[in-house]
This record gives sequence, structure tokens and C-alpha cells, in this order.
Amino acid sequence: MTKDQSTPPLIVPTDQGLYCAAGDFHIDPWRPVPRAVLTHAHADHARTGSQRYFAQADGVPLLRHRLGNQDFEPLDYGERRRFGAVRVSLHSAGHVLGSSQVRVEHDDGRVWVFTGDFKRDADPTCAPFEVVPCDTLITEATFALPCYRWPPVERVGERIHHWWSAHPDRPCVLFTYALGKAQRVLAALTAHTDRTVHLHGAMVPLTELYRRAGVTMLPTEPVSALPRGHDFSGALILAPPSAAGSPWMRRFKNASTGFASGWMRIRGNRRRRGYDYGFELSDHADWPALLRTVRDCGARTVLTTHGRSDELVRYLREVEGVDARALSTLYGGEDD
Amino acid sequence: MQAFAALFAELDATTRTRVKLDAMKDYFEQVGPTDGAWAVYVLTGRRMKRLIGARKLRDWLGEASGLPDWLVEETYQHVGDLAETVSLLMDDGEDRPAVEGSLAEWVEEGVLALRGLDEQDQKARVLAHWRRLPRSACFLYNKLLTGSLRVGVSRGLVERALAELSDRPRALIARRLMGEFEPSADFYRHLLSEERREERDGQPYPFFLASPLESEPPSLGPLTDWQAEWKWDGIRAQLIARPADAEPNQVWLWSRGEEPMAGRFPEVEAAAGALPEVVLDGELVAWKDGVLPFSEMQRRIQRKKVGDKLLREVPVAFLAYDLLEYQGRDWRARPLSERRAALETLIADTDAPALKLSPTVRADDWAALAALRENSRAHRVEGLMLKRADSPYRSGRVRGDWWKWKLDPLTLDAVLLYAQPGHGRRANLYTDYTLAVPDGDSYVPIAKAYSGLTDQEIGQLDRWIRRNTVEKFGPVRSLRPHQVFEIAFEGIQPSSRHKSGIALRFPRIARWRQDLTPDQADSLTQVKELLNAFGS
Repeated sequence: MTKDQSTPPLIVPTDQGLYCAAGDFHIDPWRPVPRAVLTHAHADHARTGSQRYFAQADGVPLLRHRLGNQDFEPLDYGERRRFGAVRVSLHSAGHVLGSSQVRVEHDDGRVWVFTGDFKRDADPTCAPFEVVPCDTLITEATFALPCYRWPPVERVGERIHHWWSAHPDRPCVLFTYALGKAQRVLAALTAHTDRTVHLHGAMVPLTELYRRAGVTMLPTEPVSALPRGHDFSGALILAPPSAAGSPWMRRFKNASTGFASGWMRIRGNRRRRGYDYGFELSDHADWPALLRTVRDCGARTVLTTHGRSDELVRYLREVEGVDARALSTLYGGEDD
Repeated sequence: MQAFAALFAELDATTRTRVKLDAMKDYFEQVGPTDGAWAVYVLTGRRMKRLIGARKLRDWLGEASGLPDWLVEETYQHVGDLAETVSLLMDDGEDRPAVEGSLAEWVEEGVLALRGLDEQDQKARVLAHWRRLPRSACFLYNKLLTGSLRVGVSRGLVERALAELSDRPRALIARRLMGEFEPSADFYRHLLSEERREERDGQPYPFFLASPLESEPPSLGPLTDWQAEWKWDGIRAQLIARPADAEPNQVWLWSRGEEPMAGRFPEVEAAAGALPEVVLDGELVAWKDGVLPFSEMQRRIQRKKVGDKLLREVPVAFLAYDLLEYQGRDWRARPLSERRAALETLIADTDAPALKLSPTVRADDWAALAALRENSRAHRVEGLMLKRADSPYRSGRVRGDWWKWKLDPLTLDAVLLYAQPGHGRRANLYTDYTLAVPDGDSYVPIAKAYSGLTDQEIGQLDRWIRRNTVEKFGPVRSLRPHQVFEIAFEGIQPSSRHKSGIALRFPRIARWRQDLTPDQADSLTQVKELLNAFGS
């Protein structure tokens, strides 16, 4: 499977995005291209304008919601598709519903895997991460510092429920990303209660798509379905972080606020953003999971995309003895 | 410590004053006086003498976490707080039992008992705690170990909680919390007890702090209701003189930061030896036929012991502007006009060059006063103080009666050259900036600035910095010269310690000049012209 140094890399960053010349397709391109393989529906990975999109079937309804009516070709996890000199397959990344890693196998035997965004923690709203053996792993590095180690998700669910229960006289507004995190919170809370949760408008259709995919979550009701002046005391409301400080928030008098994100592991992040409570809940791999993934898939070369790339690269080289390098991409990395 | 950790969590999770007050009262009610004393000590921001240096703790952390030193360092820069970094890196994902022992036991056995141990034993004990304590307790333990704990309660709020709890006046609690104290059960009981006459002694009164004037002075009403004084650029101080068994008086000198300054200004202490029993508020300034530049005063500030030569070169005077206690009576509730009259007589009766009256500034109307203020730099003062003539001497920062009407700062346009992450709530954001001015083909650093941008601007600039880094030196990034900022500062002086040859006083960012390019920034030559015009 090994090739000498002169073999061109299978996947390279270009102005359009990650590109595989041997198969003439892009992965998560940030500019329009003829053929785009998408890992998931978050905005920094899925953009409009390409001619044809390939994505895992569970994620296609979410992509349609986000990108409108494009030419989508749904694939199942593990289904192989030939593009030129390579065979491409998608494998579960455990990040959000329908999220994938992209495996690219060249006819010369080389196997490259791009993780997209991924996590290895339990999440009932999507398929679990699959270890895909490869020669070269292109990995995200959003939380690639050893201070990031997630507590068990059940513990976080308990804490959110405790916060909600402890404020019968105030609305509890929990900020979460609208796609993935909100639904994960709604699923985690089913262990504690069957009460109805109120949703910001941006989350309503996405949550409905998760329900249609068979994900069990608490019952929800749009905030907009309630009359003006409704008293939200004791209610839990989920809203995207962009709603914080907006006029929309005025209806929740005297609210206690929380934010569910991996960034909340650091006290300064919570205090800077002015949230009362921070809940450490991430859809990305933490430090131990990043290292475990590199070891599990047996890659001899690791390329990093967004996040704390420099630190991960140096650690892999110096401590793990793995050939590692940072790629330059436009993926977000901050959103979680 | 469990109870204190719970209090910390409550204080940390709210911005509401009432919730914080109630949380503190609940805590003080449930713990004994020894824990109470330590909690007051910690909550009011006092710090124990650091037993173990931060450098050493970071080395130990590298060893205990099994991570390379550079990664510990990067993580610390990202987290922005050493105590928190330890608690995060020592979290191995295992559940740990709740912590036992009171706050006082933790301070005494966990921290103070390290004193006198050799380094190996210190390390063994500290690492054992790191490996055993749950994350929140580990964080607090490290905070105790490394110094101050900022919990988002002001000292005033702690005073209020204790006042409500004990039903004593807040001013009494505030005075008892001035200066240094021994956090003991006796101290705590005394703190909440009724006032006794003899406890006054050398304890300072809380300072009355002025607020910046936000509107045009005529909105304050007729000038005759106000007393104007120069705003000195010195060290605010409280001078206490009480008769001793033998002549002269016993004298205490306190800084606004409540540092006792005994022995540092001997000429002032000597002069106060002949006063009647008084407590004065005023300013320490370097004085030789008039006030000297602050850079001269700085030579004195740095010295704990002063030699004869420096005493001759930079004599210091106390410029008195208020009278808080006179002949054993608390005068703070009397109107300023009455306090001032007594103060003038008092100072006139002493004949010591180190004790002067801070003069009032008289003008016929606001316009005439404004004209005098424009001339502040020539007088080597920062502007004017406006004090309501019938106002009492209040405690702390209370708006309405005392205003500082400072001269507009000087400004120049400089280029961002280096950036470094901040700490605490600004951790992992680039907020510490080094600004430079063009000098031919290169740039010369002129100032460091830590504030002045909005949160939104900080975020925007942070992203720009990450994308435009030329080189990294540890936490510091050198940047492509591109961003121009208007910096404001209070004064400009020659300096041999700076490469530019210039030191700015209180530099901060006034505006982000996105409309300017680096070649439009002020050059070193222009800055030197500023020095010639305004430098003292």
C-alpha cells in the first residue's frame, strides 16, 4: 500500500476546497464545482452552487432544507462509488444526523480518509463513529488541546435538567446550534422528563426532520405558537446563539441563560459571552478521541484541517511518531 | 471546602447582585468563624504570600499530566488561568469523591503547611491533591495556592452581605476590612461585632472616589455650589496622626490600595508628627518649588527605603484636600465647606514644607474655569476636581458629589505590531497589543495597550490576527503591519528604558482607524515633536 514520495497526494486543498484529482471531485467545497461530496449539512461544509452533490441518505433532507433544491445523490454508509481511478464510500462520523467520513481508495491501493467533523461520544440522534483503517487520515482539530475532554453526555443531560428544574419562576433559555446540538439535547433530556420544550423558529424544521428520521426527543412547541405576553416562567427554550441579545429575547423576562457547547469547558469563554451557565456538550472529538482515532485507523500520515492544527501536528510528530502536517482550509472550527 | 465550592459556583453563575448577596449570606450563616474569616479574606481579593511560583507549578503540571512542556504552555495560554489549566489537565475522566474538610483546613493544611517543606515534599503534597480532588475543588485549591480568586463579587458587595448579616452599618464593616488583617476566628467575630471606641487607631477610613464627569459642567448648576481643585498626578493617600504617649504623634500613611506606606515618605511622616489628632485625605507628589513630573515621583515609589540623596533630589509633599477626623471626632458627615475651612486653619498652623494645602481653583464662571483647565498641563496636573460644597465625605465610588474633570488625553495613530492573548475572560482572545510607529523602513514599539475596543471589535481583530501572523514567539505573534489604532494617553516623557526613547502614560486604544494605512500613522519624528511640546 505504501508509495514513494513522488506519488502526488490523493487529496489536496485548492481554491475550491479539498480536491481529489484521480476521481475529479471535491469534498465540502466552498466554491461551486462539478461534483461535490458532502460530509454533513453545517454551513461551513455545505454550500450551494455545485452541479451535483453526493451525501449520505439520512443527511439529504437536512441538506435540502439548508441548500434548497439541488441535484443530490444519496448514498448509504459503506456503499462504494467509482469516480475515475478511485472508489469513494461514506462512513458514519457520529457528528450529526447523516454526517460522514469520506473514504477514498485509489486503484494503486492507497486509502485516504477525511473525517469531516466527527465525535466518538454516545449520541442517540445519529449513527456512531465508524473506525475506517487508512494510510492517510485528514482530520479536524477543532478541540485539539488536552484541556478538552468531554464529561459523559448523561451527566450533562442531568445538569441541564437540574438547571431547568431549579428555576420554576424564570424562563431557562439554552443556546445551542440549531442543527444537531439542539436535537441531541432534546434526546438526552428524555431520560429525565417528558415535558414540552419551546423552540426558536430556526430549530423547528430541523427538529421536525430529525423526528421524521425516527429520532426520539422531548415534545416541542414553537415559541411563535404562543400568544404575545405568554409567561415563560419555568419553561425551557432552545435558541441559536445568534438570538442572544436580540429583540427576540425580550419576551423571556428575567431569563436564566445557558450555552451548550464544547467551548463551555473553559470558564473564561462562558464569562466572556455572559451566559449564566455553561454546559460542556460538543459534537466534535475531544483530545483523547482525536488521539484514539489516529491510533485506531492506523494512519501513518495525518493531515489536519481546522482548529488547533499546529498543536495536534506537533504532538503527533513528537510524541506519537506519526508523520503529520496542517492543511489550510476554510472550515469554521469555532461553531459547536 | 465543599460549601465554599458551592458558593463559588453560585457566584460564578449569576450577574444578579441580589442572588450574590443571598448566596454569601447563606454561606456565612452556615460556616463557623474561622471559615468565615478565610472566606472574607479570599472574597475581598486578598492573597496569601505566594508559596510556590507559577513557573514551578507549570513544571510540576507537565510531569503530573505526562504532557510535553510546550503543550502545557499552549494549553495554559489558551485557558488563560493556571489554576483552571491544572484542574482541566488533571481531569482524567474518572469520578472523584467529594472533597472533605473545611475551607480553613484547606488553607492551613493544604496551603500554609507547605511553608518550610523542601521542594520534593511540597511537590508530593500538591500533586497528591491534584490527583484526588474533583475538578471544581482542584480549581479552587490551586487558586488558594497561587493567589487571588476573582469571583465577580466586588469588595463592596461582600461588605453589604456582612452588613446585612450582622445588622451593622456597612461603613463600619468597610473600615474594619481596610488594610491588612489576620483571617482568624477572632477577627471574624470582631468584624461583625458592635463598634468600640478604641478600635479606630491607625485603621484608615474608606476613600471617597470621584467619577469621571460625563456631561458639560454647567449642567451641574451654579459654580458657587462647587469647589474646584487641581487633579494631581500623584499617589492618593490617607494620613492618620494620633497622639502617642511621648511626642511626637504616631503617624500612619495609607495608599488608596490600602497598602501601609510606613517609612517610605519619612519627610511627610515627620511633618505630621506636629499635627493635632487628625485624619487627612490628600495626594503625595514630588515637590520642589512646585510639583515635579510623575517620572520623578516614580523614583520614590519604587523605594521601600529612601536614601538621603534621593530625599534631597526628589522631596515629597502631602497635599491635603480633606479632613475626615479632627480631635477624635468623625467629620465625614459634615459639609465639605466646613471641613475645608477647618483644614485650611489646620495646615496654616503647621509650618512644614512636606505638608501643604491643595489649593482651590477659583473662577468667576464655568467658562473661566474651563479656560484654567485647558492650562492643566502647564501646571503638571491632570485637570480639575469638582466637589459639591455641601457634600459629606462618602465611602467608595458614589456618583454625584465628586467629579473628575480631566484634560482630554493626547493622541497619536500607531500600527499594531505584536499581539498576545489576554487572561481570565479574555483568555484565548488576542487582546494585549503592542503598537508601533514607523521610523524610516522599520517600526519602533511605542506602547502596549490592553483595552479600549468593544467585544465585537476584539473578536474581529482576533480573527484578523490569527490570519495575519508573521511569526510566533511562544504566546506572542508578530503581525503584518496593517492595522492602525488611535491611542490616547495622559502624558509623554523621555525614557531610557524604551527603544523609542519615549514613555507614554496610561496608553489605551481610543479608536480603530480602519480608514488609515500604516504609512498614514504618526512617525517617530512626529512623536518626538509631541514630546518636545508636552514632555515634562
